[in-house]
Amino acid sequence: MIEIRFHGRGGQGAVTSCEILSMAIIEEGRFAQGFASFGPERRGAPVLAFVRAGQEALKLREQVYNPDYVVVLDPTLLRIVDVTSGLKEGGWLILNTKKSIEDTRPKLRADLKLALVDATGISRRVLNAPIVSVSILGALIRATGIVDLKSLEKPVLRRFGTLLARRNTEALMETYWQTIMG
Amino acid sequence: MPTRTPIEVSIAISKAVQQADVDVIAAYPITPQTHIVEHLSELVADGELQAAFINVESEHSALSAVIGAAAAGASTFTASCSQGLALMHEILFIAASLRLPIVMVVTTRALSGPISIWNDHSDIMAERDIGWLQVFCETGQEAYDAVLQAFRIVRDPKVQLPMMVNVDGFNLTHVIEPVYLFEQEEIRDYLPEHRQLLRLDIDHPLTMGPVGVPEVYTEAKKQVDAALVGAKPVVLAAWQEFAERYGRFYQPVETYQVEGAEIILLTMGVISRTAMSAVDRLRATGKPVGLVRLRLWRPFPLEELRNCVRHAKIIAVIDRHLSLGAHGGPVCLEVRAALYDLPERLRIFGFVLGLGGRDVTVADFLEIVDRAEHYAAAGQPEEYSLIGLREV
Repeated sequence: MIEIRFHGRGGQGAVTSCEILSMAIIEEGRFAQGFASFGPERRGAPVLAFVRAGQEALKLREQVYNPDYVVVLDPTLLRIVDVTSGLKEGGWLILNTKKSIEDTRPKLRADLKLALVDATGISRRVLNAPIVSVSILGALIRATGIVDLKSLEKPVLRRFGTLLARRNTEALMETYWQTIMG
Repeated sequence: MPTRTPIEVSIAISKAVQQADVDVIAAYPITPQTHIVEHLSELVADGELQAAFINVESEHSALSAVIGAAAAGASTFTASCSQGLALMHEILFIAASLRLPIVMVVTTRALSGPISIWNDHSDIMAERDIGWLQVFCETGQEAYDAVLQAFRIVRDPKVQLPMMVNVDGFNLTHVIEPVYLFEQEEIRDYLPEHRQLLRLDIDHPLTMGPVGVPEVYTEAKKQVDAALVGAKPVVLAAWQEFAERYGRFYQPVETYQVEGAEIILLTMGVISRTAMSAVDRLRATGKPVGLVRLRLWRPFPLEELRNCVRHAKIIAVIDRHLSLGAHGGPVCLEVRAALYDLPERLRIFGFVLGLGGRDVTVADFLEIVDRAEHYAAAGQPEEYSLIGLREV
């Protein structure tokens, strides 16, 4: 079983990220749950969303407390939320940031593996909007191989329709290749 | 072939309502029921469901409109929860006493106050005596199946009662998971067409909802109770045929690892799955723990419950509602009453948790088993405990 926690801000697409990722995992014939930590849905407020994935039907229905991977959609959250809380030893931290590994590493637990990409920059350029719900998945997939990139096709198309799906996929591919790991 | 579909559970529920080919939907939006009725309104607007979608000004009106439509012979659906369900309260009894085959999904949620949009069973536990059939669901597949089955059950001329499908708000309704969705033709033979024996018809006038004077009121109530209890064989037959056709088997009371279990956890709804994980963990350490889940809540599955637990020593009943001023949660009180007449007396302890959306975890169940064992060993009186209560 793999558990993933997404940190975002309301309106940024963390819930959509989880929706698309969980659907892609299910498309591959595996089992997944995609769900959010629901609250008053305020734009800009910190939000949490989760994906749980497994080869067999999942029993567990509690929230994710010890994720294998953490994905952070907004770098400013690092200052106000303990994003690595409960993150497993040697787990992946996927960050949307312009910063380098060298600049980021010293502030974080030494055991963590890092995958960084400027998803906002890429989404701004490709989508004309700072929405990183799909593009950030490129970094997660590059680092962890949690799903095949192709498995995202159907969920992205269903969610966004032909035109936006194409642009989101373009942004996804770009983040995938631009992700730096260390 | 059913299609394995990644889908939000709310949307799967809407699909089931669509496939049941309802005639009339009336609903008033309330979190976390909204995704179900929004999707249905889209299906109606897009012409994918030939039904009337009545927008109303309140839940009281939603159920009233559905009752009117059902009385005229329409197949009907509504959904609500929490304050909305509470606002329907007086009308809920009427739907049952008029013997109207309405299907409703309750996306269970806490009741105010304080205001809470989150999941527990406070809303539904206030509706135990309304005369509706009620089932609880643990997964998206179960919710989808249960809605289809509900339409089959209420359409049976032997039932003629409304039915509620209780689905945990957010914790189940808003989860994306795999659900096998039927093709329309696969479900056609299972779901009879809606045909109502008694309905408002100007060519064949009849009266619905007259005054029940003291000379008839008791008998009228007895009839509804007899109908509700008498609906159980129809429920069982509907589940049996569902299993034969589609391979998924449902029972009024379901068990997990009860073979040789001395301690039994009793749960309802989505947390039952997390409880299974806890049982797995305890069984791995050699502890004889099992799990019993009530799927059918009304009519209460008395015999089935007794049969499932009679060889255990301790029962830990989990409630997601606190019956204020009573000594515990309503499920525990009912279970204790149901098991009182067993020849071997069981120790029954009540645990209340997961109120107003507080997460229910494997660790909670481990603590419950530990506490129940401890209470039994200490000969403690069978009071209830709140799990995870922060003392101030």
